[in-house]
Amino acid sequence: MTAPLNLWLIPLLPFAGFLINGILGRRLPKWLVTIVALLAPLASFAVVLSDAVSIYLRGTIQAAPACAMCGPGPGFGFPYVETCPQPWIDLGALHIDFSFVLDQLSLVMLLVVTGVGFLIHVYSVGYMSHDEGYARYFSYLNLFLFFMTVLVLSGNALLMFVGWEGVGMASYLLIGFWFQKNSAADAGKKAFIVNRIGDFGFLIGMFLLLANFGTLTFTEIAAKLGQDPGWQGGVVTVIALCLLLGAAGKSAQLPLHVWLPDAMEGPTPVSAFIHAATMVTTGVYMIARTHVLFDHSPFALSVVAIVGAVTAIFAATIGLVQNDIKRVLAYSTISQLGYMFLGCGVAAYSAAIFHLVTHAFFKALLFLAAGSVIHAIGGEQDLRRMGGLWKKLPVTFAVTTIGVLAIAGFPPFAGFFSKDAILYAAYGQGANGKALWFVGVVTALLTSFYMFRLWYLAFWGKPRGESAPHHSTPWSMLGPLVIFALLSICGGWIGIEPSGGLFNMFNWINMERFSGFLAPAVGAGAAEGGSAQLEFTLSSAAVGVALLGWLLAHLFYRQKSRLPARLAAAHPGGYKLLANKYYVDEFYGATVVKPLLAISTYFLGWVVDKALLGGAAWLLGGIATFAGALLQRWQSGNIRSYAAWLAAGAAAVLLFVVVPWPDVLASLSAIHLGGAGR
Amino acid sequence: MSSLLTQEVPIAWYLLLSAALFSLGVLGFLIKRNLITVFMSIELMLNAVNLSFVTFAHQWHAVKGQIFVFFVMMVAAAEAAVGLAIIIAVFRVRATLAVDRIDLMKL
Repeated sequence: MTAPLNLWLIPLLPFAGFLINGILGRRLPKWLVTIVALLAPLASFAVVLSDAVSIYLRGTIQAAPACAMCGPGPGFGFPYVETCPQPWIDLGALHIDFSFVLDQLSLVMLLVVTGVGFLIHVYSVGYMSHDEGYARYFSYLNLFLFFMTVLVLSGNALLMFVGWEGVGMASYLLIGFWFQKNSAADAGKKAFIVNRIGDFGFLIGMFLLLANFGTLTFTEIAAKLGQDPGWQGGVVTVIALCLLLGAAGKSAQLPLHVWLPDAMEGPTPVSAFIHAATMVTTGVYMIARTHVLFDHSPFALSVVAIVGAVTAIFAATIGLVQNDIKRVLAYSTISQLGYMFLGCGVAAYSAAIFHLVTHAFFKALLFLAAGSVIHAIGGEQDLRRMGGLWKKLPVTFAVTTIGVLAIAGFPPFAGFFSKDAILYAAYGQGANGKALWFVGVVTALLTSFYMFRLWYLAFWGKPRGESAPHHSTPWSMLGPLVIFALLSICGGWIGIEPSGGLFNMFNWINMERFSGFLAPAVGAGAAEGGSAQLEFTLSSAAVGVALLGWLLAHLFYRQKSRLPARLAAAHPGGYKLLANKYYVDEFYGATVVKPLLAISTYFLGWVVDKALLGGAAWLLGGIATFAGALLQRWQSGNIRSYAAWLAAGAAAVLLFVVVPWPDVLASLSAIHLGGAGR
Repeated sequence: MSSLLTQEVPIAWYLLLSAALFSLGVLGFLIKRNLITVFMSIELMLNAVNLSFVTFAHQWHAVKGQIFVFFVMMVAAAEAAVGLAIIIAVFRVRATLAVDRIDLMKL
């Protein structure tokens, strides 16, 4: 018998960190806060890593028969289930266990979450060193990690929902971390409320799952779906669409994407960790986790693909004209998440997860680099006031370059592999797939353009602001940057055939290792019938458009820097549309927020609250006062009047007890009847 | 006439007398303003109750009622002593015995 994997330690360690720093943090010295804050995710990462290693060493990767009820199957096969012996909810037919599941999918996700999480904790030590809320910040960050690992590990939808809500709350706390700023507090509320809309979908989906399958455990749902081929479309579609709504809320997909750009009000490491690398990808993770439902509903699947594709290109176009460095990255995040949804929508879940992983690396890198820039030049976020920073921030410049190359999709950087995996999978999906592929390629062009635009604006040209670097970047920030840069270079190589060599790079898409690894958890990818020739063509096309984007950006922002302004002046309508993000916020403001506010103010506030509820309260109060005024006269303070009432009461009681009322009444009625008879 | 002498007084008469005395006591308690008269009214009520106790004791041949009467008389005697002392004390401070005026605990 082998030692258990202790999955429960993974979430619990960050939670302990949260408790210590949250309760005692203000009184502890700063170095101790730092140690606690860093140790928690590091230990968690170590547990994940040791679990992964122990599974690999035993070499039992193939799915072992294990059910949710009986704990781990023989040996350490996937999925490895750890269940609390006490049932969590046991109500008649409803039985939900507190169970953690480790399979290929959650292992990959956990490695990303805890690994990236640890690095960003390290980075935060430098970034937040001047902040008053140092301990508070780290306690929130540890809390987020706790909920995130719960979400990833959970073996049923309800426990996942707990983590889902928890990360939403942590995200709210961290977006509004600088709550003295009104915009930050508002952004936090916006994120929370928009997410609630998605959560509503998730909840309805769960209720429908319970009603139709009687269970929320993922493996049991999959088993029931597998047993009966009659499950197709219909209610499964509805459930899948509800879950998609939840995923769209968390992953900032259309039409619920509005919260993510505002979420950039939080500290930059938070943007990197929660709003780029991990939390926003949980929608993708959730779809991959419940992929059996989507597999049984082609319609829902195509909706996922369309939502993803539209979001990808929609956000990319907005990203073209944003001037806030973090907002550019935020729209790029939305766009990349759209890619992941696109991947899920063509049933290429492993490609989507692959992109999730590489995106976590290079987007965390880009955000942290942006944070390093912002930190160095004293809080300036406007690209128009940067410029020429490559000389002042050489390391940041180098790592940003790597990040930009990775997101633009140049080989051999990480983004190339995962993005092409998704595009290739989309291309293989028939006529619709071709359209999706085309949208994806155009998005790749736009992505390349706006990322190089950022790169040129921030690092090249002449300094445009009064921005002399205020402080040098500490090593606690540079270290994670360098590690993320390495990961952004190498992260994609996990998908390459080991034997293929460099020339095989364009021909790698069979992706044996990664998708083969994930296949037991998310099913085999749907891309079939492709040829090496096709792969090469598609990859070349993607690299070609990336190159084109670079050249365009070079032309616009390096050679003819007046060109963008002229173009904007030539097409004021189009420019305004993009700069104002398609007026989505304004549209929601006019159609949802304003009417709701009006209803709240006039109907709920005036009619219901003031008139009905307030009126009822006043009425009750008036009745009491009136009755009191009447009864008050009784309480005269005159003892003899009290005595008189006492005597009268005694007489009344006597009268009641002594007189045989039933007889009296009977005789009275007899008299009456007799009178009537006569 | 002799039958009238030898006949026992019916129990109802005793009870009626008792009730009449009690009612007079209540009336006096409620109506009279002089503290001493009120006090005497209370005594009257107590004795009306005593009368009905004795009546029932005689009727049922139970001695308990008679014993009760002794208790009541003892309490009444003690009460009279304490009450009269209070009345004198009140009169010394307030120079009045009208119950309407004596409506404050604090002298």
